Amino acid sequence: MNNEADLKIFEKAREARKLIIEMVYSAKSGHPGGSLSIIDILADLYFREINIDPTNPNDPSRDRLVMSKGHASPALYSILALKGFFPKELLLGFRRLNSKLEGHVHRGVPGVESSTGSLGQGLGIAVGMALAGLMDKANYTVYAIIGDGELEEGSIWESLMAGNKYSLKNLIVIMDKNNVQLDGFTKDIMPMGDIRAKVSAFGWNVLEVDGHSIHEFSEAIKTAKKSGKSPSFIIANTIKGKGVSYMENNPKYHGSPPADEKEYELALRDIERMVP
Amino acid sequence: MTSESLRDKYGETIVKLGEKHNDIVVLDADLSSSTKTSMFGKRFPERFFNMGISEQSMVSSAAGLALSGKKVFVSTFAVFLMRTYEQIRQSVCYNNVNVKFVVTHAGITVGEDGATHQIVEDVGIMSGIPNMKVIVPVDSIETASVLNYLVEETTTPYYIRLTREKFPVLNEPDYEFKEGKSVTFRDGKDLTIFANGSMVSFSLQAAEELRTHGVDARVINLSSVKPIDREAILKSARETGKIVTAEEHSIYNGIGSRVSEVVSEDYPVMVKRLGMRDTFGKSGKSWELFDYFHMGVQDIVKLSLECFREDKR
Repeated sequence: MNNEADLKIFEKAREARKLIIEMVYSAKSGHPGGSLSIIDILADLYFREINIDPTNPNDPSRDRLVMSKGHASPALYSILALKGFFPKELLLGFRRLNSKLEGHVHRGVPGVESSTGSLGQGLGIAVGMALAGLMDKANYTVYAIIGDGELEEGSIWESLMAGNKYSLKNLIVIMDKNNVQLDGFTKDIMPMGDIRAKVSAFGWNVLEVDGHSIHEFSEAIKTAKKSGKSPSFIIANTIKGKGVSYMENNPKYHGSPPADEKEYELALRDIERMVP
Repeated sequence: MTSESLRDKYGETIVKLGEKHNDIVVLDADLSSSTKTSMFGKRFPERFFNMGISEQSMVSSAAGLALSGKKVFVSTFAVFLMRTYEQIRQSVCYNNVNVKFVVTHAGITVGEDGATHQIVEDVGIMSGIPNMKVIVPVDSIETASVLNYLVEETTTPYYIRLTREKFPVLNEPDYEFKEGKSVTFRDGKDLTIFANGSMVSFSLQAAEELRTHGVDARVINLSSVKPIDREAILKSARETGKIVTAEEHSIYNGIGSRVSEVVSEDYPVMVKRLGMRDTFGKSGKSWELFDYFHMGVQDIVKLSLECFREDKR
């Protein structure tokens, strides 16, 4: 990585990675794997692409992001805190009674556009927001982040049909293709075959990037915004648990925090040693 | 007594409301000519979205439109909306946004289409969701009044249950729906029949016949199922002692259950429930089915007499 802007975002992602580990370790539960796989993309979106102002969070012209994979709440919450929507200290209340930071993404948290948690729904919500944007001739972009396991929900394909029908050029879907879901590897649980071909056949403009290359992802967003009349679907190839050696590609860490102090410290050390 | 279609009234009223409110949008799932949202679609094509036979994404997209400031109406047959229970629960009710589900073809009056299309569990399913309110209009006048109320006064989720068949017009033209309030159609001192939807007119006929048996029955329309009119239920429990409920729905989790819960908590009296008794529907002419399932006028009379004559413990 040689670009200074990219480097800055890499450091934001590093900071968020540490917060993710602290949140799930403090809560003794939560979903680190899919948070670590999407965090580079989220850092790029919130610190470069998305037009949003934490001091004016309800600005009608703001861009919207729906975290359809609502279990990646540690990723979204940590980025929103870093962006200044609420103090970082609140992150340690994650999953506790009397904290706003519900286990899955919750609209009561400043900066969150919609509650999510049951897979397959957030994309439909984003389609509705994009329809509203076109109706109102507004300039905002709607981003939806889905998981690759989430493609197993039929409602995702319903929403893809609607995105095509209504030519939602203001909608960009990012699929976090980390190849792992709760019970194991997606290829074993429900093989999806050629996702690029399938989504293209649904009429979408499909792009594919390394989801840990901030530069590549940022270029893909530029391309997606020039997609003409079609909605865009970015396949982001990622690594579940990216940055923490023992979590990488390990289905166990879809929904488990570091097991003990030793694992916790190893996770933070691994993150500290990540090189751009 | 003249009868009018509730769904025709929905179609007309939503167009009128659309003229006044340019933030009303309507979604349907390939049934707009039956639910009558096609009327809105013709008048306001840019605000009408036919989402195809894709109820799940339709409901989530409705939530997205509402999160973006629209007043959203969602229509399909009642039975098909039920497949989106979880979208209703999470996308709409947990977000607590302005989505109104106006469904048609509920209950056994769907008739010939048969059991697959005759939902008699929906009121219970919808009533269980936090933030959701449930209304079963009795006639075309109440349907229009409910719709006006929803658009002018509310911003949260509602489930409005309409039917395929025309229903007798029971309300006066100037009637105004009030959420959580029941309407007494006939006063009486011996027994109260709480009914809604199709069963209100049946209950009124039954009350006339009960008079010939020396029973003076009160008939109350419980169109507002959630919130329910606790005050009226308890008042009737105190004044008439005995209660019969009648609904074109399962005896589980509809007004039979709700009325029983209210009196059990605060003023226990005998309650007899009339409705579908844990069974699926059947093909047949809609009005034949009421007799088949023991939900006709004579069945209300019979159940009321049982209730009236039964010894108090």
